[in-house]
Amino acid sequence: MLPAYAMPFQGFVGGLMIGLAAALMLLGLGRIAGVSGLAARASGLSATGTPRAIAAAFVVGLPLGALILEIMGADVPARFPGMATLITGGLIVGFGTRLGSGCTSGHGVCGLARLSPRSVVATATFMATGIATVAAMNALGLGW
Amino acid sequence: MNGRIFLALVAGVLFGAGLTLSGMTDPTRVRAFLDLFGAWDPTLAFVMGGALLPMTVAWAIVRRRDAPIAADRFDLPEMSGINTRLVVGAGLFGVGWGVAGLCPGPAIAALALEPASAAIFVAAMLTGFALHRYAVAPRPTIQGRKRMPS
Repeated sequence: MLPAYAMPFQGFVGGLMIGLAAALMLLGLGRIAGVSGLAARASGLSATGTPRAIAAAFVVGLPLGALILEIMGADVPARFPGMATLITGGLIVGFGTRLGSGCTSGHGVCGLARLSPRSVVATATFMATGIATVAAMNALGLGW
Repeated sequence: MNGRIFLALVAGVLFGAGLTLSGMTDPTRVRAFLDLFGAWDPTLAFVMGGALLPMTVAWAIVRRRDAPIAADRFDLPEMSGINTRLVVGAGLFGVGWGVAGLCPGPAIAALALEPASAAIFVAAMLTGFALHRYAVAPRPTIQGRKRMPS
């Protein structure tokens, strides 16, 4: 049995939308929908990659999609941690995704579906360190 | 606006809506997925499953085509070459993901839902991008081949 707070159906449908969007980038434009790379490109913090206007259009679309869903009346809780946690996490995520050439979208969705050995290793690694981090934080009383 | 930019915008909107519908813009839920030894929330596993389906089909189509529909060629990252950068980078990313419950896509999408908090995370993330860009010696590109985000 799944816990009551799980959203298997909504999660699956949202996942399908994510996969369709990534398929659109791949089959339409020949590009990987990897958000860390596209965001770095759009912000001018990556010298190479997807043409900047295309990267920027995709990145601008992300909050637009969230906004449209909220306007349509979807229940969209967004329970965030405090400022110190956000800054710490953001810095590490920013640096790590660039060093590792990808995040949950590029490695986790696009790369895994392609059975790319690099992405399989990256995804296994960030899943493991993510789980270990949450366990360690909870054990130290730093959970939120 | 040309067609390619519009296509990228549509893909971004669909991607952002999918992240939001699936609960990935809620850091508490994402962190609960990583809380394997606590009150585990399996939702993200269903999101991954849903996302992998269309992409598996898409890769099968890519293998039969010479070029994408609206561009001259497929510009794709290398699949091989597992090195220290990849493993250390992915490892660090996982730590940050566990700390804040946010990865880049949901953080940017959440700018529309919880602007103040999401903006702090995104600003820190961009600082992390910049740290990598300017503090880590830029890796020379291989024989002029473009390096791609993957």
